[in-house]
Amino acid sequence: MRPFVYERVGDWAAATQAAGRLGSAPASYLAGGTTLVDLMRLEVMRPERVIDINALHDSRYGRIEFGQNGLRLGALVRMADAADHPGVQRHCPVIAQALQLAASAQIRNMASLGGNVLQRTRCTYFRDVSYAACNKRNPGSGCAALAGVNRMHAVLGGSDHCIATYAGDFAQALIALGASVDLISADGARTIPFAKLHRQPGDTPDQETTLRPGELIVSFTVPAAPWTRRSLYLKVRDRQSYEFALASAAVALDLDDGAVREARIALGGVSTVPWRAAEAEAALRGKTINDQTAMAAADAAFAGAQGRGHNDFKIELGKRTLRRALRQAAALEI
Amino acid sequence: MADDDIAAKNPQRSGTNRRRFLMASVSSAAAPAFVRAATADAAAQRNSSGARLPADFTLTINGRDYQLAVDPRTSLLDLLREHLALTGSKKGCDHGQCGACTVLLDGRRVLSCLTLAVAAQGRAVTTIEGLAKAGALHPMQQAFIDHDAFQCGYCTPGQIMSAIACVNEGHAETDADIRESMSGNLCRCAAYPNIVAAVRQAKPVMKTASRD
Repeated sequence: MRPFVYERVGDWAAATQAAGRLGSAPASYLAGGTTLVDLMRLEVMRPERVIDINALHDSRYGRIEFGQNGLRLGALVRMADAADHPGVQRHCPVIAQALQLAASAQIRNMASLGGNVLQRTRCTYFRDVSYAACNKRNPGSGCAALAGVNRMHAVLGGSDHCIATYAGDFAQALIALGASVDLISADGARTIPFAKLHRQPGDTPDQETTLRPGELIVSFTVPAAPWTRRSLYLKVRDRQSYEFALASAAVALDLDDGAVREARIALGGVSTVPWRAAEAEAALRGKTINDQTAMAAADAAFAGAQGRGHNDFKIELGKRTLRRALRQAAALEI
Repeated sequence: MADDDIAAKNPQRSGTNRRRFLMASVSSAAAPAFVRAATADAAAQRNSSGARLPADFTLTINGRDYQLAVDPRTSLLDLLREHLALTGSKKGCDHGQCGACTVLLDGRRVLSCLTLAVAAQGRAVTTIEGLAKAGALHPMQQAFIDHDAFQCGYCTPGQIMSAIACVNEGHAETDADIRESMSGNLCRCAAYPNIVAAVRQAKPVMKTASRD
């Protein structure tokens, strides 16, 4: 691990000021550390300063609150605490399930919600610095996955520069439910739609988010809506527990006597960013969910999918995963 | 890798009698143990950027306070094993994938390999060495013995720490619960059925013990 200066801050202003003092020196905020420490040890991430924000956990940014505007999740809430929260389980089961299925109990105890949505890809060519070609790690160096072993890689949202899969689960729940994310930096606070947080790789795979330098996630807001109760997260993977998704679906439905008034759908394990499947949502509006309508929605969701060889199976698997998730969500008794 | 890089990475190893000295100081001192790496200070002096300044902090481990000064890069796992000679916690993958390094931090199970020691400052760490009280094994330790819940034993300290947390979290209601909750602890010998049986046995004993 490369040397770094460790700094512990007691409030948000100190955190963003610390980041603001850094100039061009690479800095990272430390919350749970489950991505950062791992990638620092691999020398994939090489911050010169590490700003520990865990002392802020005792503020409202470490709390879960329900209000008129919906559910507010502080960025320093640990994954396990949100997954085990009775209100989250009752009002937004898709969030609780996505978090529950995301990692081992130890990692869920450590990892913060803010850090979770910023976790880096598990692409083996990204994680192993002995591969020279990785446009994410080393812009302009190429992509070893395109002609390499790409069974785990994305079929949606990729480019000829990067097909690394977004590895998380919680983000799919957030994007499906139309969450927003509250940010703070030395320049002030702003709120953006969660859907605007992640960037598709395009020709700049190294730029993964729209966060500005030194900007920090402080909370997520999930708006109250009639579809949050009838929601679930379905995750298909190589082993039953503690594994990343091959394909996953976050589904939330508002039904009117069986007909879809509103469907919210996001896909995981198959895309380069948390993927909102708007075409599938539109295909279901006004319809009753059955084999045919679920299949049509799944076909719409993957209409633009592009396999790269080893990951071709993810297109069919992703469709079947979404079909099953839709049938299960429609059948929920709430 | 240059020799001084190795020394900076493992400041304690450059002192030949370091571990022996530490073991003596840990076992005999009633007051907080002071562990200070002279080589880390030297490294800090060498580097004008200040990047190698040792981090000073206190940590409570198994009920005892330690005053520490280590390289900020030191993981909690390396602090326990290499600096304090608490070698019960094991290094399997060092990347948060195997669970062998599991310890309790303020009562919650975490991976000590992905925890920077300096970031744990002011908190209470419990390791496998801190479980037995007055010579009596913790009910989970006894249950692992009773059910032969290991073969080689390398993953066992992590399994036991994780299993205790599994029970305390209320995630040991059914065998399926236990399996899901323990999925972050890999056992290459595949003692899984025996581990589940051990957790089942220890659960009511732990509850009885906590009522006493």
